[in-house]
Amino acid sequence: MSDALQVIQDPTLTYRQEVLALARLGEATDHSLVYSDAYYAAKAKGALCDLNEGPMPYRPRYICPDYKLLFQKGCDFLQLDPPRDLLEAVNVLEIFYCHVPSITAYPVYLGDLDKLLEPFVIKEDRAYAKKVLGLFLRNIDRVQTDSFVHADIGPEDSVTGRILLELTEEMQLAIPNLTLRYDPERTSDDFALACVKCMLKTAKPSFANHGMFTREWGEDYAIASCYNGLKIAGGGFTLPRMRLYECALDAKSPEDFLENELPKYIDLQLEYMDKRVKFIVEESSFFKTNFLVTEGFVKQENFTGMFGVVGLAECCNHLLGIKDVKQGFGLNEEATQLGLRIMDAIEKRVSEHVAPYCDAFDHRYRLHAQVGIDSDGMDDSPGTRIPIGAEPCMLDQLEVNEKFHPYFPTGTGDIFKFEETYIKTPEAILPIIKASLARGLRYFSGYLENNDVVRVTGYLVKKSEIEKLRQKKQSLNQVTLFGMGAQDGGHALDRRIQHHEESAHQ
Amino acid sequence: MLWIEGYSIMKKAPINKIIYFSNVDGPGNRTSIFFQGCSFHCHFCHNPETISLCQNCGRCVPQCPAKALRMEGRQVVWEEAKCVQCDTCIHVCQLFASPRVSWLTVEELLSRINRALPYIEGITTSGGDCTLYPDFLKELFSRMHQAGKTCLIDANGAYDFSKDSALLSVCDGIMLDVKAVLPAWHQWLIGQAPDPVLRNLDFLLAQHKLQEVRTVILPGQEEENKATVQYVAHRIQDACDYKIIRYRPFGVKEAYQKELGEMETAVEEAEAYVRLAQSLGASRAYMV
Repeated sequence: MSDALQVIQDPTLTYRQEVLALARLGEATDHSLVYSDAYYAAKAKGALCDLNEGPMPYRPRYICPDYKLLFQKGCDFLQLDPPRDLLEAVNVLEIFYCHVPSITAYPVYLGDLDKLLEPFVIKEDRAYAKKVLGLFLRNIDRVQTDSFVHADIGPEDSVTGRILLELTEEMQLAIPNLTLRYDPERTSDDFALACVKCMLKTAKPSFANHGMFTREWGEDYAIASCYNGLKIAGGGFTLPRMRLYECALDAKSPEDFLENELPKYIDLQLEYMDKRVKFIVEESSFFKTNFLVTEGFVKQENFTGMFGVVGLAECCNHLLGIKDVKQGFGLNEEATQLGLRIMDAIEKRVSEHVAPYCDAFDHRYRLHAQVGIDSDGMDDSPGTRIPIGAEPCMLDQLEVNEKFHPYFPTGTGDIFKFEETYIKTPEAILPIIKASLARGLRYFSGYLENNDVVRVTGYLVKKSEIEKLRQKKQSLNQVTLFGMGAQDGGHALDRRIQHHEESAHQ
Repeated sequence: MLWIEGYSIMKKAPINKIIYFSNVDGPGNRTSIFFQGCSFHCHFCHNPETISLCQNCGRCVPQCPAKALRMEGRQVVWEEAKCVQCDTCIHVCQLFASPRVSWLTVEELLSRINRALPYIEGITTSGGDCTLYPDFLKELFSRMHQAGKTCLIDANGAYDFSKDSALLSVCDGIMLDVKAVLPAWHQWLIGQAPDPVLRNLDFLLAQHKLQEVRTVILPGQEEENKATVQYVAHRIQDACDYKIIRYRPFGVKEAYQKELGEMETAVEEAEAYVRLAQSLGASRAYMV
C-alpha cells in the first residue's frame, strides 16, 4: 500500500490531519536541496535527525509574530484595523492565528495574552470579559488543533491573567500550552500560587525563568511550542537534533567520543543547518513575500537556528558501560560529570561556528534540549533529562536540572508529577519552584497524577483523547497521536510521582 | 539502657530517614527528619520498626540477602547503597527494630540537609519520637534558626515540655498526637496512661506552641473516637489545626491489624468526626 493510500484510509485521521500528512508526503518527493553524503549516512544511522522537517523548508520552523504591532497598526493583508474593544481584539487574533505558519501548520506562539488583552479587559464588566475570553479559548482549542500552540502570561499579575487561569481550570483543555514568565521581583506570590493551583489541575501554566531568558534574549522573548525560548518578531529557522546515544555508539571511550565522534556529528549538524537556513532565506518565498515579513510582524534578523540534542543520559551511560539506568546519569556523579563535559564541548563548538542570517544573535545558533519524539522509545531520553523510571528524589532531580538548564537558551525543561495531597498544599510547591529557578533551573512543569490533561514530554494531551485513538476514533488534536506513541514507546506518563511518603503518624 | 548511653556519650542521635521535601509535616515545603526510637507502643503504628532501637545482637546480619549489614566490633553497620529495602532485617529482629539507622551528630545531620535549605521553609523532626533526644534537638534547632528556617516537633506527647523551656524557646511549634483520652483505652492502645499527653495539650496551648493536634479515627470504635474528638475540640477551639486521620492498615503489625480491623476508616465516618469537632468550636478541623 502506498503511503498516501495509507493516510487516506486511516480511520483515526481527521480531514485536516490527512491534508497535512499528504502535504508532508508531497514535500518529501523533491530533493533539490542536497545535503552531504556524510549527513545522509549519519541520518540513516539515527545519529542525526531532522524531526521530519522535510527536505525543503518553505517557512521557518517556529514563528513568533509581534502581536503588539498588530494591535497598534492592524494588518493590511488581512484587512484588519487595530482593535478598539475586547471583541475586536480577540477577533483580530483569531483571524491572524490562522495565517501564522509553522512546522505544525498551526501558530506555535499566540502572544503575551495578558499584556495584549488587559487594556481591553479592564474596560469591560468582569463577567462579560470572562465570557468573551472563554469563547476565545474555545476557538483556539477547536480551530488551532495542535498542542504546540502556546500562549504566555506574566510576569505581573493582571485581571486578564487571573481570568485566563480560572478559565483554564474550568475548561480543562489541552490547547493552548501556557507559560508564566516568572520573575521574583515582579510576580507576586499570590499570582504565582494561583498559577501553581491551576498547573496542578490542568498541567499548565509552566514556570519560565524570566531573569535567565531576559539576560539571553532581552525582554522581548517568547516561550513557544513546547518550551522554546525565541525572540518575538522572530523565531527559529530550523531544529535538527543530535541523538547523542546513537552518536556515541562507535566511540571507543569517553575521550574518543569527545575528541572524534562528537565534533564530527556537531559539524555535520551545523552544515545541515546552514544549508537549510540559507535555503529558507535565499530560495523560499517566505522572507520575500509573506505578509508577516512585508508588514514587519517578523524580521529575518530576529531568527536563529536551534541546535537540538537529545539522549544525553543514554549517551553518558553507554560511554561508561552503565547498564542500569538507576546507577547512571543523574544518579551517578561520574556520569553526570561526563554529561557536563559533553555539553561544554557542544556549547563551545556551536558557539565557534559563524551561522548565516542570525544577525540578532551575534551570528550564532543556540542550543535546544529537544524533548524527544514518539519513535525514540527508550533509546534517547528528552534533552538532558534523567530517564523515566530512574528519577531520584525531587531534590536530586532538580539539582541535576539546575546544572544543565543554563546551556539551552532555545529551551529545555523538566516535568514533575505530584501526588493528590498537593492540591491542598500549593504553598509547598511554590518555594521549590522559586528556589530552583534562582539556582539555574530554566523551566518547570508539573501536574497532578490523576489529571486528564497531562504533560507528555513538553506538550499537553488528554488521556481520554488517547483512549479515543486506541479505539480507532479520531482526535481533533493532532498531537494526541504523539502522546499515545510517547506513552507506549517511552513510558512518558509513568514518571516518578512526588508524594508524601508515609510518615510516622497513625 | 545501652542506647541512652550511646546518645549521651557520643551526642549522636539515631536517624531513620530524611525526607527532603514533604508537604504533610507542617506548613509549606519542609524537610522531615525521622528519629529512631519511641516510648509509646501504639498498636496502630504504621511504622513499628521505628519504635525500638537496635541492640546490636547481630541476628539480622547473616540474613540480609543484599549483604548490606555487617558487624563492626560490637555494632551492626548498615550500608545504605547496598540495601534493597526488603525489610528482612526487621522481620527477623526480636525487637522488630530497624537496623537501617545512621547515628549522626548534629553536624553530620546538617551536612545532609543543608542542600535542601534553599527550597524549604523549615524542618520537622519526627520519628519514632524525636523528643527522646531533646539536647540534640536544641542544638539542631538553634542552627536551623540561624539559617532562617522554622523548626517543628512532631511529638507523641510523652515528653514533659513544661520542664524544658530551652527546647520550647527554639521550637516554632509542636504537632501533638492525642490518640485517646479514655484512660483504659489509652492504656490498651499505647501501653501507657494518657495523662502526660493531656497535660502537654493544655500546657502547649497556653504557651501558643501548638501547631496541630492529630487523632487517628479507628473504624467502629465509636465511643473512644467520640470521647477523644470531643475532648480535643473543646480545648483547642480555633487555636490550631486539628487533623482527623483515617486509620489505614498499611504497615501496621499483622497481629494488631486483626485486633483493629483490616479495613480503612471510611471517609464518611471520619468526616462525621470532623463535623463534630467543628460543631464544638474546633473550626480548623480537617480530614486526611
